[in-house]
Amino acid sequence: MATMTMIEAIRDALDVAMGRDDDVVVFGEDVGYFGGVFRCTQGLQAKYGKTRCFDTPINESGIVGTAIGMAAYGLRPCLEIQFADYVYPAYDQIVSEAARLRHRSNGDFTAPLTIRMPTGGGIFGGQTHSQSPEALFTHVAGLKTVVPSNPRDAKGLLLAAIEDDDPVIFLEPKRLYNGPFDGHHERAVTPWAGHPLAEVPAGYYSEPLGRAAIRRPGAAATVLAYGTMVHVALADVAARGIDAEVVDLRTLLPLDLDCIAASVRKTGRCVVVHEATLTSGFGAELAALVQEHCFFHLEAPVARVTGWDTPYPHAQEWDYFPGPARVGEALAAVLEI
Amino acid sequence: MAGETRLSLHVPEPEVRPGDTPDFSNVAIDRAGTIRRPEIDVVPEEIRDLAFSIIRVLNRDAEAVGPWSGLLDADELRDGLRHMMTLRAFDARMMLAQRQGKTSFYMQHLGEEAVACAFRKALAPGDMNFPTYRQAGLLIADDYPLVEMMNQIFSNERDPLKGRQLPIMYSSRAHGFFSISGNLATQFVQAVGWAMASAIKHDSKIAAAWIGDGSTAESDFHAGLVFASTYKAPVVLNIVNNQWAISTFQGIARGGAGTFAARGHGFAIPALRVDGNDYLAVHAVARWAVERARANLGPTLVEYVTYRAGAHSTSDDPTAYRPQTESDSWPLGDPVMRLKAHLIRIGAWSEERHAQAEAEIADTVVAAQREAERHGTLHAGGHPSPRDMFEGVYAEMPPHLRRQRQRAGY
Repeated sequence: MATMTMIEAIRDALDVAMGRDDDVVVFGEDVGYFGGVFRCTQGLQAKYGKTRCFDTPINESGIVGTAIGMAAYGLRPCLEIQFADYVYPAYDQIVSEAARLRHRSNGDFTAPLTIRMPTGGGIFGGQTHSQSPEALFTHVAGLKTVVPSNPRDAKGLLLAAIEDDDPVIFLEPKRLYNGPFDGHHERAVTPWAGHPLAEVPAGYYSEPLGRAAIRRPGAAATVLAYGTMVHVALADVAARGIDAEVVDLRTLLPLDLDCIAASVRKTGRCVVVHEATLTSGFGAELAALVQEHCFFHLEAPVARVTGWDTPYPHAQEWDYFPGPARVGEALAAVLEI
Repeated sequence: MAGETRLSLHVPEPEVRPGDTPDFSNVAIDRAGTIRRPEIDVVPEEIRDLAFSIIRVLNRDAEAVGPWSGLLDADELRDGLRHMMTLRAFDARMMLAQRQGKTSFYMQHLGEEAVACAFRKALAPGDMNFPTYRQAGLLIADDYPLVEMMNQIFSNERDPLKGRQLPIMYSSRAHGFFSISGNLATQFVQAVGWAMASAIKHDSKIAAAWIGDGSTAESDFHAGLVFASTYKAPVVLNIVNNQWAISTFQGIARGGAGTFAARGHGFAIPALRVDGNDYLAVHAVARWAVERARANLGPTLVEYVTYRAGAHSTSDDPTAYRPQTESDSWPLGDPVMRLKAHLIRIGAWSEERHAQAEAEIADTVVAAQREAERHGTLHAGGHPSPRDMFEGVYAEMPPHLRRQRQRAGY
């Protein structure tokens, strides 16, 4: 198996998908000739031609709107929104159109499209290149929302997303593109090379949507995380020597409630971690589900570690980011109760 | 110098309001037959003037004249008349049904019947419309069953959309009629995407986008134009200018532009303006634009100048914002009366046949309604199962939705 970065794994998934199915088309801003600002589509236009991988006008609503029309025709568009922070002009197309098309037309028309977008902070991107808007999508009936945390998952989940017959929001934590960032921004960057989950199988495989993965088994507490925060949680648990179980949700909707409930029933304690703002964040949904399904097993209230309810700041990035110290404090507090 | 001019905000107003005398004297209307018909491969820059004129075929004497005439024979024209009359009769019955509480909502086409009915006949099987809520003529002119439309309007047990969608938001892939959203302008750009897909696959099908004058102000209208322009998508971009966006006159969306058609010029999209109450003119212009798209020559923007003679919807009262008699003063007349007069003029129709057709159509519509009502109306008789609400959100029902459906008891 080849060692890949997250970017290479995503590019490989797109390559495999386009090679297997002529109906897969890839487009977005700077996606064609240049290969995307993060280079996830590099080489695809040269290989598959410019009618299957192309640049678009800077108009997110137009990108998603045309993709819905293409999907209704019978294609499987996989489009890129350059940053998740730029998706809002397309929100109407996603929420009112793509998400509801199957339901409102009773299956007469469907929208099998995948919307990729880099998400999360940690690159000094300020307010407009750092947000984690996953809860805006998990709140919408008809969408699926995926957040991979490593190259192997990224490829398998992206292939599954493209093959899925419903619209999938595919959020790529940009701080993980080039390495498994554990939140220690003061340390040297760790590359993916050498990480077991950077070993990416060649050719086609897929990871089914809706299944979580236990990244570290443990008995003392459960940490529910996705994307970048999986690595932050793992590093902190290891550093403190806590026997916590770290669950990587991978897909937020459909959610692997069975895996979550089994873990929390076993450990009796739960910390939910995400980078997005706290109020009405996906952590609120997780906390509610845990108390609904695991109430009699809980030894302590469910804790949430998240970004603050502020716009994502520039200079104060590491004060905002829910790094190892905050995850550790929450774990310690939950274990003391 | 600076400071001498105090700024003031310009807020456009219609010429007349309730209580005033309707006045359309400022609407420049070209004489029928006077506007040239260019070749479909014309350079867009050479026909910029056609965005400011009005292509018309039927003159005041009900004759078909000029270079845009001569495309339809008497049988086709009689079919067109029947479609428009059917739509009008259908509307009348459904407006009444809404008043009787058989449905929650209805939107009629009064005065605009020619636009969708004539356009539909310019398309080929497999082409796809992305309609707004005022293009049911596309279905009727394609012989979609009236009973199916009513089943949807009544949200009954035979509703093809299972009660999920607002009345009149039909969907029929088989009839080239994309599912109506109810949101404005969103589908304009989707039509462009559908057309792009057809071109990507080297297909021969084309798409038609639909939008109203008010909704051209939406960003998605402009997104549709830029994508259509950039990729030369095989799509006909239709603007139905019926003068009124609920209570807002068209000048609010149009701003300082002379016409809505002129919006195409910045995108190098050929733009035509046509008499929307002239069945022959609508059809001729539609055919020109469709042929152009199918010949891989790219998009065309068409503005249909018409008048919304009825209320916006059953929830609207136009007497609150425009003169009650404004409709009667509309200078382009009534599309049904104009086509009827033309058919009589060419000896292919008569007052007797018209009266007979009206009676037959009324019978057909009533029979369809009786059939539909056997399967229920909104508050009576057969209705979709609450279970249907949970189905079809996803291709396969995910676990959380299954749990909710079970909790709801279905």
